[in-house]
Amino acid sequence: MEASEVSIELYVLLSAILFIMGTMGVLLRRNAILIFMSVELMLNAANLALAAFARQWGNGDGHVMVFFVMTVAAAEVAVGLALIVAIFRTKKSIDIDDLHLFRG
Amino acid sequence: MFQVPSLSDLNVAAALPAVVLALGACVFLVVDLFVPRERKHITAWLTAGGLSVSLVLALLSLTDVVTFGDGEEAFFGMYIADQFTDMVNVIVLVTSLLGVMVAYNYLDRTNMQRGEYYYLLLFTTAGVMFMGAAGDLVVVFVALELLSIPLYILTGFRRPQEQSEESAMKYFLLGAFSSAFLVYGLALVYGATGTSNLREIWQAVDSMVAGDTSAQFLLLTGAGLSLVGLGFKVAAVPFHMWTPDVYQGAPTSVVAYMSVAAKVGGFAALLRVLVAGMPNFMLDNGTSAAWMDVTWLLAAATMIVGNFIAIVQSDLKRLLAYSSIAHAGYILIGVAAAGVPRVADEATQAVLIYLMAYAFTNVGAFSVIIAVERDDASNTGLSSMRGLARTQPLLAAAMAVFMLSLTGIPLTAGFVGKWFVFKAAIAADLIPVAVIGVLTSVLSAYYYLRIVWMMYFEDGDGEAATPRPLAWAIGISAIGTLVFGFLPYLLSDMAREITLAFGG
Repeated sequence: MEASEVSIELYVLLSAILFIMGTMGVLLRRNAILIFMSVELMLNAANLALAAFARQWGNGDGHVMVFFVMTVAAAEVAVGLALIVAIFRTKKSIDIDDLHLFRG
Repeated sequence: MFQVPSLSDLNVAAALPAVVLALGACVFLVVDLFVPRERKHITAWLTAGGLSVSLVLALLSLTDVVTFGDGEEAFFGMYIADQFTDMVNVIVLVTSLLGVMVAYNYLDRTNMQRGEYYYLLLFTTAGVMFMGAAGDLVVVFVALELLSIPLYILTGFRRPQEQSEESAMKYFLLGAFSSAFLVYGLALVYGATGTSNLREIWQAVDSMVAGDTSAQFLLLTGAGLSLVGLGFKVAAVPFHMWTPDVYQGAPTSVVAYMSVAAKVGGFAALLRVLVAGMPNFMLDNGTSAAWMDVTWLLAAATMIVGNFIAIVQSDLKRLLAYSSIAHAGYILIGVAAAGVPRVADEATQAVLIYLMAYAFTNVGAFSVIIAVERDDASNTGLSSMRGLARTQPLLAAAMAVFMLSLTGIPLTAGFVGKWFVFKAAIAADLIPVAVIGVLTSVLSAYYYLRIVWMMYFEDGDGEAATPRPLAWAIGISAIGTLVFGFLPYLLSDMAREITLAFGG
């Protein structure tokens, strides 16, 4: 390995930090769109880890998975934003603290 | 030089039941455009036809009457067409067929008769089938999303009704959150083993040097995060919070289907990743897989929490939601038992037997709720069961069968499932968990049998309507529950040859 190359540990560490930031975002934020963005951050943390591992192992499996994760995330965005729009039309709010119809 | 693989290279025929269904869903999606709005029943019938074709193919393949394709692997090891796949296919296809039957009138009377319902249901079913057949981490992930995304939409299908939208929102946010855990877990598994193919992962884990702590750490974290992600899908405690809210708010016909289908998919993927991919992942030269302890702890917590909270519920859909959490716990016992290599096959078979029994029982129970539910989604309280035996004796009898089966009373399918799962747990030396399972089953008798009591011995309106396809679904579920209860060897014969172990 060349001296100038960034080692795999740093990539994985960064991806772990991003993943934890995403998780905290989901748990602490109250706005549906921000929660959703935090989920995207978690997915991209996984993508970073996959790309780093793919370089480490020198095979394409990780890259292939990154493409699938990105594609599926896009599909999820389409459905997720549609749901958020639908719920905003009925409730005039996308604060998840306003989702409290169910008890028990 | 890159060569385009031919159909026979891909071995498409081996994946025939799933391919037929996935293609069918795509075709119906287009066909539905030309079906006039007031005649969406045509789409329903087409869907039922597609499901039946696929079910027949899966049954032929399960019973070894016909062998599709050449060998067990298709799409270069991405898809595994073994007995496990066949049995998962049969369970989920039966569930979907019942799901179409219960939706048929329900959608009409609640003004939801739209074609999307049926092909979204087909896509979900295809997702479950691919999950059961996953031979690669990529397939696990894509199939999980194919299962989940249509379910988010179906949960909110009753828009603009507020309850339905709210439960869709909750399901979506927590579902996406759990998928992120799964993806990260799979990424770490890939990092530890250097491959995303399950067979190669199994080989890599086998040859993993005992002292290689960094790889072990990655694999352990990866397996743990995957367990979290799939734990959400199957509603295992502590990842169960969404279940009661989603089940209560979603259209009941969707709940009837997804309470079983999502569980089948989640457990199939769990078994593929843990039992097929890393059964030999043992720390400190132990005798059981490293993921076994945490799995049985989850199982114990799930059974206890699910059953205890179910006792205090006053809404039928919510009660059955907690009951479905409790049942996820019983099934998790089987997954945990598969962590001991010599019991792995027996435990895998037990899980599938349980799922088959659960499919008939649980769809049946929710169909009865559909029968009593009013058009405005009211009358799903426990009190709606009062006096049902007087006005609707057959419906009440069917509900009694489902409740007895969910409790696990002998001569019902539920007993057979529990019997095999507990037997596997004892063989795997998980006796404390089996004891918890038996005790919580006794506890669950309280809330299940209370429903039977209300139907037979308390006075009430007992209002219910059972138009034709719904009545068929209830009848088939009740007959299935009883037949498998009286003739348990039907189930054990079906599962007899199932193994997840990669040969050689």
